[in-house]
Amino acid sequence: MDQILPSVSKTIEIDSHTINFGPQHPAAHGVLRLILEMDGEVVTRADPHIGLLHRGTEKLIEYKSYMQAVPYFDRLDYVSPLACEYAFALATEKLLGITAPERAQWIRVIFAELTRVLNHLLSLASFALDCGALTPGLWGYEEREKLLEFHEAASGARFHANYFRPGGVAKDLPAGMEAELTAWCGEFPKFIDKLETLLTGNRIWKQRVVDIGVISAKDALAWGFSGPNLRACGVAWDLRRAQPYDKYAEVEFDIPVGLRGDCYDRYLVRIAEMRESVKIVSQALTKIQPGPVKVQDPKFTPPKRAEMKHSMEALIHHFKLYTEGYHVPAGATYTVVEAPKGEFGVYLVADGTNRPYRCKIRSTGFSHLQTLDKLSRGHMLADVVAIIGSLDFVFGEIDR
Amino acid sequence: MADEVVEPAAPVDEALQAVAALPGVTNVVRELGALVAHTTPSALLSLCQELRDAHGFAQVMDICGVDWPERPLRFEMVYNLLSVTRNARLRLIVPVADGVAMPSVTGLWPSATWWEREVWDLFGIAFDGLADHRRIVSDYGFEGHPLRKDFPLTGYLEVRYDDERKAIVYEKVKLTQEFRNFDFLSPWEAMTTLPGDEKARG
Repeated sequence: MDQILPSVSKTIEIDSHTINFGPQHPAAHGVLRLILEMDGEVVTRADPHIGLLHRGTEKLIEYKSYMQAVPYFDRLDYVSPLACEYAFALATEKLLGITAPERAQWIRVIFAELTRVLNHLLSLASFALDCGALTPGLWGYEEREKLLEFHEAASGARFHANYFRPGGVAKDLPAGMEAELTAWCGEFPKFIDKLETLLTGNRIWKQRVVDIGVISAKDALAWGFSGPNLRACGVAWDLRRAQPYDKYAEVEFDIPVGLRGDCYDRYLVRIAEMRESVKIVSQALTKIQPGPVKVQDPKFTPPKRAEMKHSMEALIHHFKLYTEGYHVPAGATYTVVEAPKGEFGVYLVADGTNRPYRCKIRSTGFSHLQTLDKLSRGHMLADVVAIIGSLDFVFGEIDR
Repeated sequence: MADEVVEPAAPVDEALQAVAALPGVTNVVRELGALVAHTTPSALLSLCQELRDAHGFAQVMDICGVDWPERPLRFEMVYNLLSVTRNARLRLIVPVADGVAMPSVTGLWPSATWWEREVWDLFGIAFDGLADHRRIVSDYGFEGHPLRKDFPLTGYLEVRYDDERKAIVYEKVKLTQEFRNFDFLSPWEAMTTLPGDEKARG
């Protein structure tokens, strides 16, 4: 009965073909047009086309006064708007030679860290979502909502806060907010634990991300990596520690690093960073003291409304600040902050007038996205999605 | 600026002197605490190689251009280097004339590729040795270099979807109101000498 069938070998030739991933693909995190050359299911070349969200921010800023330029920064990395504002505020302060008051510096540290948590929550949630895990996305959005309420209470806006200004912050924290933040610091680490039970040990999650998109520390440096993506390769480089600004020199925190530089390490580093952010916020809350939140100089800070009603000088200052703005002495500075995604820099050239002569925005994702070709070669199409998720792209910032 | 006040007993700036001794560096200053070195396009590659290999500047974090139309060398190329091992930053500034190609540093730092593509796109500075010389942020088929100072803020073309032709159409920019570029510079603040005081001050 046993009949041995003749073995038939057939050679199937698969043509390499090109597919268009995006620009409206939900896993492209915005408007990324990715041209993938495929050999069957394997990627042989990835060519990202960016610029679909290019709004000419740098050109527009050249036609605005320094204060009018701040809201443009919210619209760059709209997932962590305050980090972008932070770089511009610091750059302008450096050129003006002013320093924000203590309380303003602490408020900026607190909100920069809340922004980091906001950013990592969305980044991890959408990363998991791209890989097929729905629940972290739902949970993450719920936690983000709590943080956005803090944003709204402090600045009046949920996303485009326009809260940090050269010389301080727009207004003081509302009454009772410090207590609410302290309560949040107690609650939030429990949420991180809960989130980790879903992903960190999850077999399916690990199958999707471990050893995917590996980059060595040397390559990461040459390719201009920064932030969590660089730390995941084992380089303990954090601008908050290495080149501290505002009050970061006065808080204690650890710098989590990865070992292998794969997608899983990038995920773990972000989880650990959220815990460190909570530590920084709770330290800042114990150290913050009442005081002014704007530099006490009428040439940079608009006067109070009540003061304008009886003081002619205050009225003139108000008028001058909101039409002409302040003049910034000629000079140039490259000022950086440790944004949630990495080094976010502003190269600001002033020519002595009330408008920036040139404002170059060093966006973080720009250099990370560039490596997509290198990282995704030889991986499957589904892994490209995991790599994009793990590198954390936001196109408002990349396209500018 | 406060930082430009020269203190008589300023300590010796070792980092500055080390950079000033490098071949190809024409001028080094500290501007607002940052080390800024000037060089020429012809010396750029060897200088960058030296900085990367002997001084630990393993990263170029940012490359950008600045347009100064009234200068004889119209553009400034700005390279912001970072050394994570020495925790140091260095800004290289290279003045370059319009129409002159810059040497590409992509051979030293692969991350320079997109930054150089962006400079080409926005300023029209070409790069010798840049393998991928496509535009990067502007539209497919875009003409002109938007960040040059003589490029209008509104641009030349606008794009919309034409429902009748069922196609995307490009048209010349039509402004319902003239673009208003207010000159807020107050004549009072700029005038440091009052009329008639010239003689008194000699």
